[in-house]
Order: sequence, then structure tokens, then C-alpha cells
Amino acid sequence: MPYTEINRDSLLWMYETMVTIRRFEEQSRREADAGKLRGMHSSVGQEAVPTGLCAHLDENDYVLGTHRSHHHCIAKGLDLNHMMAELLGKSTGTGKGKGGTMHIADIDRGMLGANGVVGSNIPVATGVALTAKVKGTNQVSVVFFGDGASSQGVLHESMNLAGIWKLPVIFVCENNRYAEATPFEYSVAGGSISNRADGYGIPGVSVDGQSVMDMFEVGREAVARARAGDGPTLIEAQTYRYMGHFGADDPLGYRSAEEQQYYIDRDCIANCRAHILEGSFAEESELEEIDASCLAAVNEATEFANKSPFPDPEELLQDVYVSYS
Amino acid sequence: MTQAEATRQISFIQAINEALRQELQRDPSVIVMGEDIAGGGEREDFQDAWGGPMRLTKGLVNEFGRNRIRDTPISEAGFVGAGVGAAASGLRPVVDLMYVSFYGVCADQITNNAAKMHYMFGGKVTVPLTIMTGIGAGTNSAAQHSETLYSIFTHFPGLKCVVPSNPYNAKGLMTAAIRDDDPVIVFNNRQLMGLRFDDHVPEDQYTVQIGKSEIKQEGDDITLIGIGFTTRVCMEAAEELEEQGYSVEVLDLLSLSPMDNDAILSSVQKTRKVVIVDEDYPRCSIAADISALVAEEAFDYLDAPPRRVNAPHASVPYSRPLEALYVPNKEKVVEAALEIID
Ligand SMILES: Cc1ncc(C[n+]2csc(CCOP(=O)(O)OP(=O)(O)O)c2C)c(N)n1
Ligand SMILES: [Mg+2]
Repeated sequence: MPYTEINRDSLLWMYETMVTIRRFEEQSRREADAGKLRGMHSSVGQEAVPTGLCAHLDENDYVLGTHRSHHHCIAKGLDLNHMMAELLGKSTGTGKGKGGTMHIADIDRGMLGANGVVGSNIPVATGVALTAKVKGTNQVSVVFFGDGASSQGVLHESMNLAGIWKLPVIFVCENNRYAEATPFEYSVAGGSISNRADGYGIPGVSVDGQSVMDMFEVGREAVARARAGDGPTLIEAQTYRYMGHFGADDPLGYRSAEEQQYYIDRDCIANCRAHILEGSFAEESELEEIDASCLAAVNEATEFANKSPFPDPEELLQDVYVSYS
Repeated sequence: MTQAEATRQISFIQAINEALRQELQRDPSVIVMGEDIAGGGEREDFQDAWGGPMRLTKGLVNEFGRNRIRDTPISEAGFVGAGVGAAASGLRPVVDLMYVSFYGVCADQITNNAAKMHYMFGGKVTVPLTIMTGIGAGTNSAAQHSETLYSIFTHFPGLKCVVPSNPYNAKGLMTAAIRDDDPVIVFNNRQLMGLRFDDHVPEDQYTVQIGKSEIKQEGDDITLIGIGFTTRVCMEAAEELEEQGYSVEVLDLLSLSPMDNDAILSSVQKTRKVVIVDEDYPRCSIAADISALVAEEAFDYLDAPPRRVNAPHASVPYSRPLEALYVPNKEKVVEAALEIID
């Protein structure tokens, strides 16, 4: 792809976003290893997918995620302090510590939630797009889900609904090759997820999800299509999770070291960095400054989270209903 | 021979695994389906990569092959429904629903098909399906991975529901479930999977009868009724109450549908007081059901109203200090017991 329209600002924002995600995930891992949270599904390796897409969204647009959603949240502009606090179950977390790593949400920033039930958010995102359509707001709804989730019936029902109603929803499948220990080639009949869009009369695109520039191009088109009222798009981003499924598991139990290395050699941050330097969009020193500020932001979030108090016992029974009469 | 050598102790996970393996050996119509119950897809070099998320099915694919031990895509409506169809047409499928909260994805297949086919078709079709599923809070896994929910299924006529509390009854109930001609749901508490037990578990096959509870210990002053993990909580509470001079009977319910009404009533008629300890949400719960049973059928024997210790009417919180307040524990049971005991 030529990447003709990706300017310096976009590139640097995407670079910074991806580096922030990576540092955040590395730190979350350390917090989990220290026993402060139990499992956590790391998004390391998959940073480019939400980053390239969210580059075209603003605060009024919506994103919905999965059990593995820290990267979606950061790409959508969520506050790192409140995210890290949520991971540690603290009262200053996005959900007052009541939702945790699989349920981060921030409605003010258009993040309508990570979700622990595989596939569950796909129709919800379709409904969010319905609101935009009924109210004529020009908002876009983006839902991320995994290759494993593509086998849930709700994806098919949602693509059909969005297809007949031409809803401004973008279905983004992060095909990281595995659902837990099950490889994609075993679970997906026909070998392609994007092809399934054909049956619903909507565009289906397969893209290199390790290239944030490619994600940017594909995202631009899908968002423009949604805003123009032309309906949904299904994007299958080819990506890879570097870590185990939830942290404690060893991915080499079901895949080879060579395969892992193949993807790590195509790392999204490394190739974005190379693109920036080769195109002289920025100096090396500028990128180093970005690197340092991302790390500082994550360190600050870690300190904030660790210093924050746990929720009061009364919180247990609050927020069950809006009103109790 | 020392006591330890005379008994055979295995974990809860091994008990379920052994029940599955022995039934697979005994009956060629038994198959197992679920997500990552083997793992590794069809990659020969990575066969049995997981053996189930909790290792309940470890080793089965190597022994029985991929024809009978089937990894599924994440399509609960599809594979639970396929389990119903396979059961109605000559197999005895065991389907793994990883966490009970995911029942929502496949509820139609369980409640409209599995539960009703035998009745609607005039008793001429059987659905010998076993669903095994993980339940319970206490693992910092938040609202969608910590529910108990068994009471929902007991609402439906046609479904049998059992909740093992230790490796012995886990093996026996699992074996009984597979052999049963009705659909049976086996609810396995996740916390039990991490604990050590002293109970002897015979290597040979045996069944624990579905529909029967077990008196864990006899006593005269009060009955504590536990379900799965809360049976353990009841035993801890009983110990403390005994230290305070009370004689405590503990009933391990084991089977929720059918339920052992006779055993509940005769225990309560003896002790005249009952505390029911149930991790499920309190509204329309098993505890509420037992409370109604006792009030209706043993009212004249009661010295005090039945007491229930449930989780609160709230979703399961993630934050650990809140989660610790959420689940029934020894302190809550002792407190409830002391309120009615004198
Ligand atoms: C309905 C449902 N079934 C099963 C699970 C257990 N589970 C959690 S994540 C996961 C794998 C998901 O794979 P994929 O959709 O590819 O996402 P990834 O983990 O690769 O990001 C499974 C089976 C679940 N959370 N929800
Ligand atoms: Mg995946």
C-alpha cells in the first residue's frame, strides 16, 4: 500500500499510542505476576489493529471490545490512571474496581465496554450503530472481536441486521491465529473470516494487522463508508498475540517458536518506527522522547493505581439498579 | 499399612477426569465436546495441548481419539444443540460449558430442546446429554466468570441438576449423569478444583445416586444445608458451633433436581432449625425453595424461621475486598445459626 495520506501527525499519534499500549501491557503483566490481579489477557503484538482504526474516530464515536481489550481502550483515549486502577480493583478505576480487566468501560470517551463473553458485544455494537442511524448523528460504532468469536452465531445475525439496515458499524476481527489453544485453521471452516461478509452483501477486507499504516488505510475507508450512510464493513486484521492466552499459560504448548518469531519479526511498533524514519517524518531523537513519555505515563498510572484505595464495602450493593423504587 | 496408604486420594479435577475416562472405556456411545477440551486443533505435534481449561479432560484425546473427543469452535449454541441432537439419536454426549454464565449463548438448546423433548414427544424420545459447567466466585474473575446460577436450571422441568462437593461424589455423580437417560447438568465449583481432600476415592467405577443428599455429620441442635462449595463452608461453621457446645447436623444437598425433600424434612424435624447456605443469588434460589419446603411441610416442627445465607442480590464484584464480602463464608453461617439456635 502507498500510504499516501498518512501525515506526520497521524503517524506520530499512532506510534505513541502503540508504544503506550505495549508499556501498559508489560506493566499489567508485572502487576499480575505480583499477585495483584489474577489472569489478564495481554494485547501485546496486536497494538496496530485498534490504533489504525481509532485514528479515524473521535470521542463521539463508539468502540466495544472483548476480554482482551486494554489496547482498544488506550487507542480510544481512555485515561491510563483509571484503567490501571481498575485492573487492581481500586475505587478510582473506570468501573470503581467492580468490573476489572475484562470490563473496562468509559462512556465519556465512547468506550462502551470490554466484555468477557466471547462474541457478546457484536450485536450490542450493532445497536449502538442503530442509535446513530435513528438519531442521524453521524457517529460510527466499531466492535473488535477475535477469530474465535467469529464462530458465534451473533456475528452472523449482526452482519445481517447491519446489512439490511445499512448501519454505521464496523466489525473488526482481530485474527491473532488462536482462540486459547485452538488454531484458527481448525475452527474456521473455509479458511477466511472476511469472505463471510459476501453472504450479507457487505464489504469484507483482509488486512495486515501488523502494519498500522495498512490498518489506517482500511480504517479510513470503512469509517468513511459508515459516515456516508453506506453501511457496515467487516475487517479481518491478520495479527498475532505474543503472549499466552491469559498470562499463566505457555503458548509453546500449542505453537512453534519459529511461528512466534515470524510474527515478532514483523512487529507493528518496529515497522511503524522504520516507516517514520525512512520517510523522514521524524528524527530518531523525537521517537526516543515519545518512548520516554509513554513509559513515564505508564509509571504514573501504576503509582496512581497502587496508591488508590479499595472500594468501600457499601459499593457491593450499589449500582445494581439506577433507582430502587 | 498407614492410613494414607489405605485410602486413595485424588483431586476434584482427577475425579471428573477419571469418571469420563472410565465411561468412555465402558460405553462406545459416549463422546465429549467443548472448547479446548483437547486443544491444538488438528496439529499432530500439539495434540492435547490443554486438555480443558481446568484440565478436566486431560489425556482423553490421546486415549480415545479425535472422533470421540472433539474440540469445538466457540459456538455454544451450535455444539450444545448438537449435543442435544446427538443424544436424541444414539450417542451419550458430554458437553463442556466452560463457565455457567455462558449458558445464555445456548439457553434455547438447553431449555427448549433438551428439557422438553422427552415430554413433548410423549416420552418416546430420550436426551441422555450431560452438560458439565464451572461455577462459583472467589477467583477475582468478575461478574461474567463467577456466577453460580444453578437455580435457573432447576426451574425447568426435565433437567436434572447435581452439584458435587468433593472428589468422591464428583466421580460418582459424573458417572451417574452420563448413564442417566435424562439431560443432567453437573455444576463444578472452581474453588473446589484447587483444594485438597482426604476422602477415599475408589479406582473402580461407582455411581452416586442422583436425587439423594448425604448427611455429612449428624447432630441435634441445628441443620446446616450446603451445596457444593458451601458444604465445605458448613463443615467449617459446624466445627466452630461445636466448640461453642452445639450439636450440628450438616446435609450436603448434592442433587438440586430432583431434590431430596425427604432427607431435608427429616433432618429439620429432628433439629427444628435450619440454615441453608447457597452461593447463588438469593431471589428464586434453591435456598428460597428449601425455605418454602420447610415452611410448608415442617412448620409445626420449627423452633425458628428457616435462615438463608446467599450471595447478595448483586453481580459478582471484581475487586478482591468486595468479592470477599460477597461469598457465603464461615462467619456468616455461624452468625445466622447463632441467631436462631437458642
Ligand atoms: C461465550 C464464551 N465462550 C467461551 C469463553 C471462554 N473464552 C474466553 S477467551 C476465549 C478465546 C477467544 O478467542 P478469540 O475470539 O480468538 O480472542 P483472543 O483470545 O484470541 O483475543 C474463550 C474460549 C468465553 N469467555 N465466552
Ligand atoms: Mg484469537
